[in-house]
Amino acid sequence: MIRFDNVTKVYDQKSRPALDSISLEIDRGEFAFLVGASGSGKSTFLRLVLKEDRATRGSVYVAGQNVANIPSWRVPRLRRGIGVVFQDFRLLPNKTVFANVAFAMQVLGRSRGVIRETVPEVLKTVGLEGKENRLPHELSGGEQQRVAIARAVVNKPAILLADEPTGNLDPTTSMEIMNVLDKINQNNTTVVMATHDDDIVNGMRKRVIELRNGIVLRDEARALYTSMIPVVDGSDSGNGFRNPAGTSAGEVDK
Amino acid sequence: MRLAFVLAEIGGGLRRNLSMVVSVILVTFVSLTFVGAAGMLQMQINQMKGFWYDKVQVAIFLCVDTSTSPTCAGGPATEEQKQNIQTMLDAPAVKQYVTSWTYESQDDALKHFREQFANSPIVDSVTADQLPASFRVNMVDPEKYQIINESFAATPGVETVIDQRQLLERLFSVMNVASLVAVGIAGLMIICAILLIATTIRLSAFSRRRETGIMRLVGASKMVIQLPFVLEGVIAAVIGASLASVTLWTVGKFFIEDYLADQYKDTAFISANQVLILVPGLLLLGILLSGVSSLLTLRKYLKV
Ligand SMILES: Nc1ncnc2c1ncn2[C@@H]1O[C@H](COP(=O)(O)OP(=O)(O)O)[C@@H](O)[C@H]1O
Ligand SMILES: [Mg+2]
Repeated sequence: MIRFDNVTKVYDQKSRPALDSISLEIDRGEFAFLVGASGSGKSTFLRLVLKEDRATRGSVYVAGQNVANIPSWRVPRLRRGIGVVFQDFRLLPNKTVFANVAFAMQVLGRSRGVIRETVPEVLKTVGLEGKENRLPHELSGGEQQRVAIARAVVNKPAILLADEPTGNLDPTTSMEIMNVLDKINQNNTTVVMATHDDDIVNGMRKRVIELRNGIVLRDEARALYTSMIPVVDGSDSGNGFRNPAGTSAGEVDK
Repeated sequence: MRLAFVLAEIGGGLRRNLSMVVSVILVTFVSLTFVGAAGMLQMQINQMKGFWYDKVQVAIFLCVDTSTSPTCAGGPATEEQKQNIQTMLDAPAVKQYVTSWTYESQDDALKHFREQFANSPIVDSVTADQLPASFRVNMVDPEKYQIINESFAATPGVETVIDQRQLLERLFSVMNVASLVAVGIAGLMIICAILLIATTIRLSAFSRRRETGIMRLVGASKMVIQLPFVLEGVIAAVIGASLASVTLWTVGKFFIEDYLADQYKDTAFISANQVLILVPGLLLLGILLSGVSSLLTLRKYLKV
């Protein structure tokens, strides 16, 4: 579904590349975490998928198509196939929950009837029934993020990209958001989530792609935030003890 | 649905930037009014050319008491000199260029003068012997004025030969300069209009960056994202152009038709309806300048 082939992204000639010869593939229907410290290149990875930025070297394939070959007038069509969620929700403050989600359909010219049918369905999926007429400032952070997720998936994209969606939320709310993302993933949507929240990663036991300084440090299936293979590195080894905590966090999943 | 959406977006944008939109309307209104005024002047020039050119004459003025030219050394033109000029006009060398000629005596000249300055006190102090008698010559080709000039300028008893067309040309050149000034002012105002429209759209794009950001992310087409901004500018410019058209028509109707045409009955003036010919041009120009400036602005501030 998403394939990076020796992708390098250089923003600034003077500093190191944000991504450095990355090669990896994420399959249809997969759930992958992109982890790493701030500045490790997670957001850059997601921007390249969206063709918000252009790879300096190498090729990015989305749904089998090299995004470098998509002419600019076809980029909107690429983005229709990809939903995006951010840490800061990015809702329209003067539109209701319903209108925020409907907005994503209106701009694509969907008919009023289809919108009236689809939006409540999606709001139900993310657990916001009964809150259609609230304004964003009348919602908790977790609820606002649900609206953002509903908006991202209302046009049924094949891919959902989430850039630190739980970054502004407390742990319990974060877990609830993860449940929503997991549910969307079960409906066969490929989900790629950038995060540096170890509890969340440990609770999900999904594929983990760890970046450091633009390089893939690790790419493991059903993994934890830190490697289960002991690394001879003073600062990292201590994290190994978090594994039990990760297991208990997994119970929230139920 | 998409149309309704775009229209709602435009409505919101116009309301949000009301003061900017009003200034865009006013500046396009003023600039297009100047463009239209230049157009009206040109139309008036053409109208007068058509009206006057076959009426203009070459006038051969005869000497009077006060004449100072060397050909008038012998005092006022004598009957003999007059006969001589008449003979020359009828001789084949000149006749081939002349369709007809008339003689205007000093008494005729006084009569015309009194008509022309009926309301002026100067009339009472002018007497017939102060005004020159003249031969009024209609030319086959008014461009050939020089032939009459060469033949008669040195003839005794002739004070001067005047091509009325040159007087008209002088008037036309004044009007041309006026219309050039109008075009110049219009040009400056159009630059203002373009910059103002660009600024308006930039502000508008900035105040709606949240919406457009989301629209980009969910894959709205470039047209859906940009059209509301472009139309916002176009609508303001069209309103400005309409105001300019109404103003020009009003000037045509109440100033030119009802006032000037009434005051100067022997001059041809353009009618208010002729001014309407300018309207599509003004609308088109308004749309063009707002369209172009918004496209240039959007390319920079609203990347898709
Ligand atoms: N628009 C940009 N211009 C210049 N440098 C950037 C830009 N975006 C990101 N970077 C740099 O690229 C690196 C990776 O950033 P980013 O992908 O945002 O990391 P993360 O999302 O993992 O925190 C950082 O060093 C950052 O400073
Ligand atoms: Mg980031």
